Amino acid sequence: MLTLYDRTVSSRLLLGTARYPSPAKLADAVRRSGTEIVTVSLRRETAGGKAGGAFFELIRDLGVHVLPNTAGCHSVSEAVLTAKMAREVFRTNWIKLELIGHHDTLQPDVFQLVEAAKILSDDGFEVFPYTTDDLVVGERLLQAGCKLLMPWCAPIGSAMGPQNVSALKSMRAEFPDIPLIVDAGIGRPSHAAQVMELGYDAVLLNTAVAGAGNPALMAEAFAKAIDAGHLAYQAGPLEPRDMAVPSTPVIGKGVFA
Amino acid sequence: MIRVIVNGEAQECAARTLSDLLTALDYEGDWLATAVNGNLVQREERAEWPLKEGDRVEILAPMQGG
Repeated sequence: MLTLYDRTVSSRLLLGTARYPSPAKLADAVRRSGTEIVTVSLRRETAGGKAGGAFFELIRDLGVHVLPNTAGCHSVSEAVLTAKMAREVFRTNWIKLELIGHHDTLQPDVFQLVEAAKILSDDGFEVFPYTTDDLVVGERLLQAGCKLLMPWCAPIGSAMGPQNVSALKSMRAEFPDIPLIVDAGIGRPSHAAQVMELGYDAVLLNTAVAGAGNPALMAEAFAKAIDAGHLAYQAGPLEPRDMAVPSTPVIGKGVFA
Repeated sequence: MIRVIVNGEAQECAARTLSDLLTALDYEGDWLATAVNGNLVQREERAEWPLKEGDRVEILAPMQGG
């Protein structure tokens, strides 16, 4: 079981809701993944438009926890206002805080991130900060009031998988008791299994499932890989060695020559 | 008539409050969030929230996101 702020979930997969071929395929993927947390956004509604309402209904019917995000925000004031508007709509203190600092890599602006995290935490929000694998930034986010961290492992939507495994390991070692969720950059179930084997608590992904040929099937594949990686971490994986080590004991072998 | 900016577009309107404006523009539903000039206006404040010339109104709704 995984506790994030005051809520406990059994699935260690958090799923984004964007870029699916259809709302029905999104719903199928959510169900088949077994996820209990989905991320959603807020966008301008056109006059007389009912698009937001239809999506809201769909999400409510899935019966999962909603993690609203501040995707696309570039300033503290924009992110804080978006968070407040999300709280009004979704009636949750949870917020995935995303403050973009670089257009090409969508790298978080960690300076503004810490500032916004402090303002929101002081205002009663439970902040899920989308951050880098920088340890000092992680520490500052915790000081600002965050109770968990969500480092990227590669740029958003890149599907490259973990680009800096040693940094992810350092982060796990530095914050042993803080829930760590890899957010962004996962492309395949093997990537998700890899970070779970490092001891990460959960994985948040979107495009890797939404962009698959069969999103529901891929959602299930991710769920299984995440469970496998988590079990492997608990089991204590063997470290790689430079030399061969025979699996079968040599002592007692018959001598025929 | 006053001129306000709604979701980035200039509009002439006769509405005196935020909730009048929502009705006039055919916005309805409990899934909408509103802000005026960068400040959240909660659902229950809309009926009493006066609009004035040049106000910037944002009307947001849930949307797919990752």
